[in-house]
Amino acid sequence: MGGVLRRYGPVLTAAILLAVAVWLLLLVVLPQLLMVDFSFRPSLPPSKAGGPEDVYTLRNYATLWTNQIHLAIFLKTIWASSLVTAVTLAVCYPVAFYMAQVAPRRRLPLLVLMLVVPFWINELLRTFAWYIILAFNGPLNALLVGLGLFSEPQRLLGGDTGVIIGMVYVYILFMVFPIMNAMESLDRNQIEAARDLGAGWLRIHRRIVIPHAKPGIAVGCIMTFMLAAGSYAVPALLGGPQSRWFTEVIYNWFFEGGNWNQGAAYAFILLILCVAFILLMMRLFRVGLTDIAK
Amino acid sequence: MTAATFRRWVTGAYLVLFFGYLFLPLGIMAAATFNSSRFPTVTPWMGFTLQWFGALWADQRMWQALGTSLLVGAGVITVAVPLGLAAALLLDRLHSRARTFLYAVMVSPLLTPGVIVGISTLVFWREWFGVTGGLFLTILAQSSFIAAYAMLLFLARLQRFDQTLEEAALDLGATHGQVFRRITLPYLTPAILSASFLAFLQSFENYNTTLFVRGLDTTLTVYIASKVRTGLTPAVNALSLILIALTILGAVVYEILRRREARRQPDPA
Repeated sequence: MGGVLRRYGPVLTAAILLAVAVWLLLLVVLPQLLMVDFSFRPSLPPSKAGGPEDVYTLRNYATLWTNQIHLAIFLKTIWASSLVTAVTLAVCYPVAFYMAQVAPRRRLPLLVLMLVVPFWINELLRTFAWYIILAFNGPLNALLVGLGLFSEPQRLLGGDTGVIIGMVYVYILFMVFPIMNAMESLDRNQIEAARDLGAGWLRIHRRIVIPHAKPGIAVGCIMTFMLAAGSYAVPALLGGPQSRWFTEVIYNWFFEGGNWNQGAAYAFILLILCVAFILLMMRLFRVGLTDIAK
Repeated sequence: MTAATFRRWVTGAYLVLFFGYLFLPLGIMAAATFNSSRFPTVTPWMGFTLQWFGALWADQRMWQALGTSLLVGAGVITVAVPLGLAAALLLDRLHSRARTFLYAVMVSPLLTPGVIVGISTLVFWREWFGVTGGLFLTILAQSSFIAAYAMLLFLARLQRFDQTLEEAALDLGATHGQVFRRITLPYLTPAILSASFLAFLQSFENYNTTLFVRGLDTTLTVYIASKVRTGLTPAVNALSLILIALTILGAVVYEILRRREARRQPDPA
């Protein structure tokens, strides 16, 4: 703290501390804490707030267990987000490896730009693109029927399949960049040496590349899973009433059910799910928090 | 075919597929803008038209939503960039467990699903201050995580900063205020510009957080989503096409500026 004061003087230091306090307390920590507190209280009309009925309860959490439909949607959100994460990893790993280790250096700036540009484009618009592709009379159905794979157009929108396809596309770049960054620091000579010593490509990846890229893979998986589980845009556009996502259930508690306490409890469950996934990845890849928060 | 040519061939095919997968959907969406079919599609092709740009131009509610988005974006720049700057200045001078802890709290909004950021802001401001959803809460909720992006940009630039410059100025009798205005702030100007650009873009395209705190206000991204679900015409494609063109333009300019900056300031390492 003394270092800060010496460098910036009393006036600036006070301004800096005030700004950081406003950000972290008023915008980050207190809202989160209040949301959790709120989720343990019953939903009461304003006249009864603070009254004898306003006590801490687990009722809002029990709802998830007793409501079979919500529980099924919650479990579906978990496995579908895991599937999205796994598919995205499989699609991205080779391109990340190519960019970091194989691509000629002079071609790299253009390739990076080609990855960066779609990354900048609005998530909702990237989802909308798939709305057109997956439509009943859309180009994908036309192609599949034209190739003779389907005898007639299929309903691709409004179900879980469409949502998962859309999510893989929308979140793919959150997987590419962390893995690429992690692989870049691997000395190309190491792979060369392993190859000279007779290692096959599978062994090279298992013993050299993957261990080196572990923090990047962990970050990519965490980001993708978090975005998929917390996505509202993709299921809202590509899904239907039969393929609701957990975020949509939460939204309904707030703006249709009018039970904010219940919605806050579901939101906290979603947050716990994401934290649990982060811990799982850290365990699985044996990386620390400092590796992830880089 | 030798093993090496085979490998090169497979790699090439994979790259074509990958980048095709990345760009083809956007191309199809753009192409649908020019199809005179009432529903946006490319199959069947009903003939070339520019009518959907006209329909978009005449859409009053679209202009209103655009206005809201610009307002929110300007608000987020005003709130998030100074907060991110202050946070980076503080972290840059801390070397301890406090730094690790603060850093973790600061980046935590980036690891929190956007809907939860929106919900916690909504609940907190209603319960403590009686503020309901609207422009004000939208700006605050978006700023709470966009400030973290700004902080990361400032921190990266500060790490290459030669602190002896500040010390020399202080030794020569400059006040802390003078040092900040004449040395630190000019050095950070490029980062302030890129942070503002990034903050605006993030705000403009935000959907998940905004949805919960917007109240009765509609930003452009929320408007597009509502149009897709009710009343979809290729005018939505025209709007998407324009936004994508602007984004690509912005991204390319940003990349060029960033690279020029990187060349001018080679890493001291």
